[in-house]
Amino acid sequence: MKRYTWRTAVLELVMVVVGLAFVFPVYVLVNVSLKRPDDQSSDLLPTSAITLRNYADAWQQAGLGGAFVNSAVVTIVSVALIVVLSALAAYPLARVGRAWSRWAFLFFLLGLLLPFQLALIPLYQTIRDVGLLGTVWSLVVVYVGLQMPFSVFLYVGFLRVLPPEYEEAAAIDGAGPLRMFASVVFPLLRPITGTVVILNAIAIWNDFLTPLLYLSGTQQQTLPVALYSFVGQYLQQWNMVFAGLVISIVPILLVYFLMQRSIIQGFASGLKG
Amino acid sequence: MSSPALAEVTTTEPPAPPVPRRRTRRTAPWWFLAPALAFYLFVVIVPSVQGTAFAFTDWDGLAQVKNFVGLDQFRRILDDSAATGAIVNTLVIGVGITVVQNLVGLLLALGVHSRIKTRNLLRVLLFAPAVITSVATGYLWQNLMTTDGGLNQLLDLVGLGALRQDWLGNADIALYSVIGVIVWQFAGYSMVIFLAGLQGIPEELVEASYVDGAGPFRRFWSIVRPLLAPAFTINLMLSIIGGLKLFDQVWVMTGGGPGGATDTMSTLIYKNAFQFNDFGYGIAMALVLTLFVAVISGVQYRLLGRQGK
Repeated sequence: MKRYTWRTAVLELVMVVVGLAFVFPVYVLVNVSLKRPDDQSSDLLPTSAITLRNYADAWQQAGLGGAFVNSAVVTIVSVALIVVLSALAAYPLARVGRAWSRWAFLFFLLGLLLPFQLALIPLYQTIRDVGLLGTVWSLVVVYVGLQMPFSVFLYVGFLRVLPPEYEEAAAIDGAGPLRMFASVVFPLLRPITGTVVILNAIAIWNDFLTPLLYLSGTQQQTLPVALYSFVGQYLQQWNMVFAGLVISIVPILLVYFLMQRSIIQGFASGLKG
Repeated sequence: MSSPALAEVTTTEPPAPPVPRRRTRRTAPWWFLAPALAFYLFVVIVPSVQGTAFAFTDWDGLAQVKNFVGLDQFRRILDDSAATGAIVNTLVIGVGITVVQNLVGLLLALGVHSRIKTRNLLRVLLFAPAVITSVATGYLWQNLMTTDGGLNQLLDLVGLGALRQDWLGNADIALYSVIGVIVWQFAGYSMVIFLAGLQGIPEELVEASYVDGAGPFRRFWSIVRPLLAPAFTINLMLSIIGGLKLFDQVWVMTGGGPGGATDTMSTLIYKNAFQFNDFGYGIAMALVLTLFVAVISGVQYRLLGRQGK
């Protein structure tokens, strides 16, 4: 297994073919997005007459700019709130051995089992009644509540194996609970905070059903919903539609390729918990 | 373990360093929980309880009046061929994705957990579809799977033109096409989790099996597979739950069509509640879905937990 044998070479060949098969759809996506609408050449062959016209059209028609801003605001605000609130909650859950703490933890875990579909409809009514429907803040509230069980679960798991000596030293120095949390505990949580940020940011950035419900019929849109209505409107103009798809997935892919090591590790370690 | 120490602290005043429990209790107050709990109650718990209650009413989502109708909504599900069809589709998707996605993910993980030179590049590329929004992947595949789309063109190119299909338009195979798209998008996800498991297996164990003369299959079955049990548990749980709740890709690619052939419980819940204003019925279906998820993942967790020991 250590040396590069002919078996390894065969495996390499097979895996490269598999890799190409996985990338094939993305290749077609980019290729079609660069073709003129009247270009009759095959989708599979690189087009000879490249045009960026589709990108300009898609950018104008789809209103992706505003959707980008909304998606970014919702993702950043939600993830920040999730990190602070779930880390704060995890602290007594992991450190206090009393019955209320154990029950509260189990109560949070219950949220991992309940499918969102059950809460979906009554929650929609409540959000409408409190007047948040059609605002991006409805999404923030929903995401913070929805992602809380999983994030609390990750933080508690990490805190339980973290030795309490630092906190004890700070307690002797007379630090109050909030001060202690902010300057001692939270910095120690950095590795798992990375995982919490990555998992939540990707889930929220890509979510479709929640904004479809809470923002429908308004000018406010997030990227997946803007994409959905854009494609629905121009379904026959595939060259422009594909340019829109490329525009929408470039930012997340860029972040992914730049941070691939920590993102992949974040997924793997967060789900081992 | 905790109560005797606690009693000691409160009744006597030890001059020695205080018991850690007392200190940590002071430094981690209960009200740290309050904001997280408030959001969680508002978004998950209260609406879930309401949802459970509304499933026994005839509420249309608009009227103030809700009449208690007992189990009528659940009886409607049994008589409604669209609903029973969606339940069957949901189970087929759940099982199909769980089996195929994990099989592919495992093979990919074994492939890139090797000496091949492209292993790092392949890991990054194979996981990439999982970070893209399902709306984009859904539309991409909707186009690729049309009669003159990229998939059929590729089949022609490699001499498999006989397999040409209207992949999403043919009611007999549309559901399997949807499963195929999900597998393409999330096999890399399963791969990453299996890979983390494989990297945790001590080299010596694998080397020892070489010395003992075990072939690759024997080595996988007797050494690697048992040590991968935790990765299997997580992967199977994630894929069965994700499969049972599937909405995005179906909604984008087929909207549940043709003729309900790809409707899942989630798409039908959405249609009933938000398009047909039949809230009580939609919620009753959501409750059935909840039971499916709870029972199937519970049973699976039990079985796998036993196997892991």
